[in-house]
Amino acid sequence: MNKEIIRARVVLPGTAKAEALVSNEPLSFWGGYDQHTGEIIDRRHPLSGQIAAGKILVLPFSRGSSTTTAILLEAFKSKNAPAAILTIGTDSFFALATIVAEELYQLSIPILALEEKDFDKIENGQVLEINEGGEILFDKKA
Amino acid sequence: MPLRLSKEDQEKLDGEHGPATKMAMSIIVKMAAVYQAETLMDISGAHIDSTLFIGDGTLEFAEKLMNLGAKVVVPTSLNVSGVDEFNWQDWAVPPEWAEKARRQMVAYQSMGTVPTWTCAPYQSELRPEFGQQIAWGESNAIAFANSVIGARTERYPDLLDICAAITGRVPAQGLHLTKNRAGQLLLSLENIPKELQESDSFYPVLGAMMGKYAREKIPVVDGLEVKPNDDQLKALGAAGASFGAVAMFHLVGVTPEAETLEAAFQGKEPPERHTITMKELYASYLELSTSSGKQVDMVVLGSPHFSLDEFKKINPLVAGKKKSPNVEFLITSSRAMALLAEKAGFLDQLRAFGAKITLDTCILTTPMLPESIKILMTNSAKYSFYSPGLLNAEVVYGSLEDCVNSTIEGTVLRDESIWDMER
Repeated sequence: MNKEIIRARVVLPGTAKAEALVSNEPLSFWGGYDQHTGEIIDRRHPLSGQIAAGKILVLPFSRGSSTTTAILLEAFKSKNAPAAILTIGTDSFFALATIVAEELYQLSIPILALEEKDFDKIENGQVLEINEGGEILFDKKA
Repeated sequence: MPLRLSKEDQEKLDGEHGPATKMAMSIIVKMAAVYQAETLMDISGAHIDSTLFIGDGTLEFAEKLMNLGAKVVVPTSLNVSGVDEFNWQDWAVPPEWAEKARRQMVAYQSMGTVPTWTCAPYQSELRPEFGQQIAWGESNAIAFANSVIGARTERYPDLLDICAAITGRVPAQGLHLTKNRAGQLLLSLENIPKELQESDSFYPVLGAMMGKYAREKIPVVDGLEVKPNDDQLKALGAAGASFGAVAMFHLVGVTPEAETLEAAFQGKEPPERHTITMKELYASYLELSTSSGKQVDMVVLGSPHFSLDEFKKINPLVAGKKKSPNVEFLITSSRAMALLAEKAGFLDQLRAFGAKITLDTCILTTPMLPESIKILMTNSAKYSFYSPGLLNAEVVYGSLEDCVNSTIEGTVLRDESIWDMER
């Protein structure tokens, strides 16, 4: 089958293959992400109730609290982090938490920066394959 | 361009200043690559949001640094903790949580910091100066420091703020640099009555709108006819930093880098413009509440932490009154501010009213509320934003007066005349 390829900037390298969980609405992990289950718990957020653990989370950026990093660190520890996080441009919060998770637990996920036009190409539920070079592969729509 | 390190930076990275500095510098250097910075720069102050106890991971991080002998090299204030050391037993805090949160407090205090334990460090003696380069965590404090004071901090997250304080260095980028501090969108107030602009309850509502429009950009608000006070600006910034990722805002004619509209945009044309009308403001006001009923279980004030002025302001409202037995009334503040309020005689009336005061933490950062508390009322946009997700509670937004009146009557009372567009 034909594959579409998006080239993203690698903020932190890694590979992943999982379903995309996409929203155009930014998210604060503090008050927005359950570190023990990976559920999106911001009740005003369109993804409220969805489980992001093990999925490729695609968001414009992290809003709100500086504690978003601490929540993501705890999610790494409890094995409930997303499989990768993609944002429009670099999101330093998701990167920092991943750097500290590597320092403390030798755990890491790819963190990629997308251009806005590429962000719009990714659909909720699509299976994405991310390689070390920051290429994102998915099936072309029929 | 790759990162260029100074000789001293390299020594810190190589471990010549001890293992804690090595660990902190290695995180700073990795983040410099993330930010695509070319050099590091000095800071002369820090505020640590990593103090929040979130779980075993944050505690391990803090104790690892402590055990490696970490010391801060700049004056460093501490954000809220995960437990009110003095009063936690009055609430539903599990003893295991209290113990771990206390260990995290001990760890950060061991590093030579000042135990301010507040999310409003700009209302403490460690308030920075105009132009000072600092590394601050805590979203509302970042917004206040950049916008209201004109100090310079990037939007630093938990776990990075302490690395900056230990190394005294940050990546030279973002809001540390003049060119990145220009406004990026213009929000013009249109026909907003001066009476509303003078009221405290205007600022959380405007701030929430500002956050939603600005997202991660720097908003410039034009058209204010009044000079808001520090507590109003604190409420504005906290709302903007919750509903958006606002790390800096300009108010034309009010904030120090926005004497004029031109100054706010550093001489450039605003790239984006929106008009803010009463209709939109009223919609934003409604959105700060998730419950529209009459029930209220607890009224909670003090996010960001209650200031001495706010303790003073609430006194005449509660004098000679008694709270309803059906509603709890809580103020969250810091130990230093509560002590000042005590010495000033502001706490006697509050105690007689039936108020409780929680120190050094807040309802969002320590699991203190019993299950029976399901509907909160507050004058804080920050409490309104985070309580549904963090506490699974409903919220009602009201003015300070509404909050006190509802506590007395035991039912939600809101005077909405100031929002009435038909006047």
